[in-house]
Amino acid sequence: MHTGSGISIWFFIGALLTIYGALILGYGLYSLAVPPAQPPVLHELHAGIWWGAVLLAVGLGYSYAHLPRKRS
Amino acid sequence: MTHLIALSPLDLAIIAIYFAFVLYIGYYLKGRASTGDDFFLAGREMTAWIAGLSFLSANLGSLELMGWAAAAYQYGILSVHWYWIGAIPAMLFLGIVMMPFYYISKTHSVPGYLQLRFGEPSRALSAVTFAFMTVLMSGINMYSMALVMKVVLGWDINFSIWVSSITVAIYVALGGLRSAIFNEVLQFFLIWFGAMLIPSLGLVEAGGFTGLKARIIANLGSDSYIHAWSTLGSFTGNPMGIHWTGIVLGLGWVISFGYWTTDFLVVQRVLAAKDLRSAQLAPIIGAAFKMMVPFIVILPGLLGLAVLPFKLTGEAEAIATGGHSYNEVLPLMLARYCGPGLMGLGITALIAGFMSGMAGNVSAFATVWTYDIYRALMRKDATDGHYVAMGRWCTILGVLVSIGTAYLVMQFQSIMDYVQALFSFFIAPLFGTVILGMLWKRATPAGGFWGLLSGTLGSIAMWAWVKADPSAIRYIAFSEHARDMAENMYRGLWSWIICVAVTVAVSYCTRPKPEPELAGLVYGCTHIPGEEQAPLHHRPAFWAVAVSLVFIVLNLIFW
Repeated sequence: MHTGSGISIWFFIGALLTIYGALILGYGLYSLAVPPAQPPVLHELHAGIWWGAVLLAVGLGYSYAHLPRKRS
Repeated sequence: MTHLIALSPLDLAIIAIYFAFVLYIGYYLKGRASTGDDFFLAGREMTAWIAGLSFLSANLGSLELMGWAAAAYQYGILSVHWYWIGAIPAMLFLGIVMMPFYYISKTHSVPGYLQLRFGEPSRALSAVTFAFMTVLMSGINMYSMALVMKVVLGWDINFSIWVSSITVAIYVALGGLRSAIFNEVLQFFLIWFGAMLIPSLGLVEAGGFTGLKARIIANLGSDSYIHAWSTLGSFTGNPMGIHWTGIVLGLGWVISFGYWTTDFLVVQRVLAAKDLRSAQLAPIIGAAFKMMVPFIVILPGLLGLAVLPFKLTGEAEAIATGGHSYNEVLPLMLARYCGPGLMGLGITALIAGFMSGMAGNVSAFATVWTYDIYRALMRKDATDGHYVAMGRWCTILGVLVSIGTAYLVMQFQSIMDYVQALFSFFIAPLFGTVILGMLWKRATPAGGFWGLLSGTLGSIAMWAWVKADPSAIRYIAFSEHARDMAENMYRGLWSWIICVAVTVAVSYCTRPKPEPELAGLVYGCTHIPGEEQAPLHHRPAFWAVAVSLVFIVLNLIFW
């Protein structure tokens, strides 16, 4: 579904998830090196790393599949 | 003041990026909302997926998320009925049976359909009650959200109310329904990605679903919190104080069908579909995802029962003792598992839920006000551009009235107690009127109007009766043990019966419309395009059957 001049709503979703994924994954990796003073329950599972990676992968996938130039 | 969660700069950045995105989408779409069809019906060009996800997202307000997580903590897995029997059959019925009439009639709203089928009086009654109910609900949701943000994050109530509402007003006023729908799809993804971690990590901590059940039984000494149906044989055998007849007939039939098939807030999203098949598929797609919502709403409430080291209580007791209330279970679970970044994503999910619900209210209000009140009763012959301008102003006006309502609720909090009752006054009888209008040729304009009016007045009278004499609940809900929720279910059922009975009686005493005037509006007078030529996987009926089977299996698993 286009938004009028070529940008799909799915591209917007992909872009937002990509940004979020990069930020959350980045902080997850940082917290490996510098553990937080008050870690949440199950911190040892490093949810930030794998959830950030999932968001980044989904976001990049959506962004690529719905790039504006591909939908001219 | 003390609050549950302290946000880091990373969390604040995630929230700020979300606001920037939704505003940009509204700005980007502003050039695509110049005609009435564009602004109020998104040009009728939405695919089934966009319409279906938006249909569900408009219903997924943050209060829906937090309120039902709280209900799951308070009442156990019984709360899942509001997502399954209280939604799925009605959504499938909308797609398969009712959507053809809404769509083929080319109406722009549910009151608009009533005008075509029953005439102006029925439209005026339903439009005025809908507009009133919508801005009131929007204001109450706004206040409740701001209150949660104050308790959870320590944010000032005025700040939360004004920032979130002005953002919604800007993007809906700029891009109309298209902007609301696109943002709702975005919000749908954020809600899922933001909320899914809580049940996932919760199940790891609890030792899977088996471990979760064992912990709940150990903590509460009863298994009534983990059965959806087997405890409903009596009013006293379950935490909700409700009988299975109330769940099936009150919730599953009247309240659910009333909301999902006639509440214009959700139906408007489907009317924006690009063709009849998309319009039929959209509620079915919505139903498939609705069945999964308990994973991010009900499960966190149950996990709270299992893993939280303290007990949550009602609001009044929490304030008196300095403890936590049921309503805080979802933020508490979020704080339990999520560090910086993930916390911001979770809070963004709650804000996205609030904004999608509010945008739904505001865009529906603007349409009903402009087409069904302003054009119908005040100015019939203005240009299309004039009505679009009215829609834009109305969006802003609707938000301002909602803000006013929020401040009113802040002063008179007892208004909150009447919300559920108010909802049942209007929705249950409206379903009676619409369903008879669609399926019964003999229903007359007078029958439709008097049925709707008497069902509404009957519902208000029953509510007032129980308020004046609480023991009267044994007549309304068949048991003196019935609680508020059960009363709402049965009152809805009675008001629907009154509406149908009066509509039938008056219709038999008055002259029906000639059949040619009912073309496109009523079963038996409308040509509905067949699906025989379409491949099986393109047919709405096929997917409706598939969703029904999953629905049955889920109920059996959690029986």
